[in-house]
Amino acid sequence: MTQEHLANINLDEPEETLSMNPKKFMLWLTIVSILMMFAGWTSGYLVRKAEGRWHEFEMPIIFWYSTGILLISSIFMFFAVRAAKNNNFSTLKIAISITFVFGLGFLTTQVLGFSDLIKNQLYFAGSDVAASWLYALIGLHAAHVISGLVVLLISLISSFRFTNEKKNLTRIQLCATYWHFLDILWLYLFLFLYFNR
Amino acid sequence: MATETLHAIDTHAHSHDEHEHHELGFVQKYIFSEDHKTIAKQYLISGIIWAFFGGAMSIIFRLQLGFPNMDLTWLKPVLGQWIVEGKLEKEFYLALVTMHGTIMVFFVLTAGLSGTFSNFLIPLQIGARDMASGFINMLSYWFFFVASVIMFASLFIETGPASGGWVIYPPLSALPQAMPGSGLGMTLWLSSMALFIVSQLMGGINYICTIINLRTRGMSFTKLPLTIWAFFFTAILGLLSFPVLLSAALLLIFDRSFGTSFYLSEIYIGGEALPNVGGSAILYQHLFWFLGHPEVYIVLLPALGITSEIIATNSRKPIFGYRAMIGSLMGITLLAFIVWAHHMFVTGMNPFLGSVFMFLTLIIAVPSAVKAFNYITTLWRGNIIFTPAMLFSIGLVSLFISGGLTGIILGNSALDINLHDTYFVVAHFHLVMGAASFFGLMAGVYHWFPKMFGRIMNKTAGYVHFWFTFVGVYCVFFPMHYIGLAGFPRRYYSFTALGNGRMEAFVDMNMFISIAAIITFTAQAIFTVNFIYSIFKGKRAPQNPWSSNTLEWTTPVVPGHGNWEGEIPAVYRWPYDYSKPGSTTDFIPQNVPYSATLESNFPEENEEIAKEKEIEGLLDIQNSSYNH
Ligand code: HEM
Ligand SMILES: [Cu+2]
Repeated sequence: MTQEHLANINLDEPEETLSMNPKKFMLWLTIVSILMMFAGWTSGYLVRKAEGRWHEFEMPIIFWYSTGILLISSIFMFFAVRAAKNNNFSTLKIAISITFVFGLGFLTTQVLGFSDLIKNQLYFAGSDVAASWLYALIGLHAAHVISGLVVLLISLISSFRFTNEKKNLTRIQLCATYWHFLDILWLYLFLFLYFNR
Repeated sequence: MATETLHAIDTHAHSHDEHEHHELGFVQKYIFSEDHKTIAKQYLISGIIWAFFGGAMSIIFRLQLGFPNMDLTWLKPVLGQWIVEGKLEKEFYLALVTMHGTIMVFFVLTAGLSGTFSNFLIPLQIGARDMASGFINMLSYWFFFVASVIMFASLFIETGPASGGWVIYPPLSALPQAMPGSGLGMTLWLSSMALFIVSQLMGGINYICTIINLRTRGMSFTKLPLTIWAFFFTAILGLLSFPVLLSAALLLIFDRSFGTSFYLSEIYIGGEALPNVGGSAILYQHLFWFLGHPEVYIVLLPALGITSEIIATNSRKPIFGYRAMIGSLMGITLLAFIVWAHHMFVTGMNPFLGSVFMFLTLIIAVPSAVKAFNYITTLWRGNIIFTPAMLFSIGLVSLFISGGLTGIILGNSALDINLHDTYFVVAHFHLVMGAASFFGLMAGVYHWFPKMFGRIMNKTAGYVHFWFTFVGVYCVFFPMHYIGLAGFPRRYYSFTALGNGRMEAFVDMNMFISIAAIITFTAQAIFTVNFIYSIFKGKRAPQNPWSSNTLEWTTPVVPGHGNWEGEIPAVYRWPYDYSKPGSTTDFIPQNVPYSATLESNFPEENEEIAKEKEIEGLLDIQNSSYNH
């Protein structure tokens, strides 16, 4: 079936949709549902804050660093996908490893951020609701980052083995989409918390 | 059927499907099956079992309400220590109400209805070999199964299952010391529901992905049966709202297990202040009803879709207002997300905000009325064939209207402030959601039973079942309006102590309701027997028993793995060409091209003929989509 032939077909759209990769599509739907969870939490935060008696405090500086670290890891993920597309396996291996290491680094800085909060007598439970919300939002994001790291690790291992190139590329693309999403989700949460302390 | 053979030439040449020809073991075939039809049957049977338990619970608390002085010692073998001196334990009454609600809303009418028919019909009606991911589909069922086991187990623990109502409002649900059911029972409830939500999300993602990606050649969105449209919007509702319930539940879990105070503030128990401060119990209600309201439509929309299909088929008429039906489904879906606060008019919300939500709520009546109107106009002057499925579908329309009318009353905040948490609300939602969706489920079972099991359910038993259920449901729920108007609150163990004898006047009515409930519940045995009997001994079904247009009836009587033996048929027309003027048959299936029906084509349809070659030409692309 040639391109021109396809272009001539003037139906509602079956030719388009039939060629979409269902796995990618399902990933996007999963992302939507995760997004709805965080939408629930952040709107809950706003509703609670609007009720007053809200304690304001500084966000630990370290979350700026963690934001940078996650952004860098996302950039390397981008390189990894490009390398995978060009069948450039050595670059792929390096880029995806760096992504993974920076991902771990992000988790570490989040934990350091928590310990900064603890130094300021702000605990998950028992001190202040605003602090509980902060811990919850950051912690729940971190939980998703852990799931992202697992996915990343699988891609990492498979790219060191590169058994099936086509399958591998899809896997890396799926992994990249999820990883970029986690990055953007963090940016959203970071800005949200920054502007709604 | 003659027309079908016209285009069926040339469909057997392809070697399409590798997975069709190897035999699967018992476990893979019937237990951990990835076949959408088997998963659908698993959902159906689980749903029926749950419906039995949910129904039996309601009978027990109806006994308490209708016959408060009855000696219940005979229930001791089943309920054990929940019967104290011949009386139902008060705490257990609350547990029963809670479990009844949870089971019916989530396990029967969400999993049992959506799970069954979305799984069964989506691939068959859009022309796909299976779901986009059979594996995730299987996981979806087994998550549901584990959720079911946990919920069921919670019935047997010493402190009893969750008891704070199916909405599990904190602080009652957040504090283990608040009531016996808020201890381990609530923990199990939350674990079970978390798994349930994951299960529904996996299912929903699959439904959406399948409908968008795996339609057969020519099956454009405007040719989809309304069932599929309904399942599609249901899945979208679930995808957007279930995660929010999960987020609400997680915060509740934090409050229960880690001592946070998201929902708790300034609570005294036994005169002693709890350390929790700063939370907001109302916040939980917002999060819950953001799911809760869409959830009621998650329950109803599949039933409406099933009804559209059955009413059109058995009226032998095209559905009236196909696009309006889609539009109203879409309208309901959108509005469902912005009306949640009508469940919270009495939480002390700003009256202005209340009137905004009142306005939005009342708008829902418009798409709902469009649907009711279209069902009636489809029936109007049709050659109606009263199959049991058709009777249940018509029953659904009736229930949808009578329950919807009270929705309009409740939607007015000024009226709702009086009626909230009374039996009026119970009457409203049992008619419009409980009974209507149950009727949709039954209609679907009677109608698609031949496709599921290759046999037809006994008709006479179906009629008897219908009339008992239809009359029974009205006898049970209609009087509840009066009781509610009189001020009977929901979830009260005993009424007679209220209102200085004023409530005694309603003892008779409660008795009547309870008797009607027992009869209606017992009548469901007719269905159960018919169902089981027909699976093994029913009359064998022909390929297309209801002379229907949709694609599932072009498969073999009992479709195997992969659904169609040859190529999947292409689709050329919408699914509602019934009694088309000029046509020799009174129905023209979707896979019959316009070029084969020149005598009945409208002018614009003759123009479609030119495109039909191209629909055929898409075969290669379609096949390649099954190679991933
Ligand atoms: C015309 C459309 C409808 C309107 C205006 C409407 C309005 C309302 C209102 C205002 C309430 C809150 C009553 C209260 O608690 O005080 C309510 C409760 C409820 N409605 Fe509707 N409703 C409509 C249709 C439906 C439909 C179609 C369903 C289900 C398929 C449904 C299911 C429920 C349920 C389950 C509850 C009670 C929830 C609970 O408190 O346990 N309603 N409705
Ligand atoms: Cu509602």
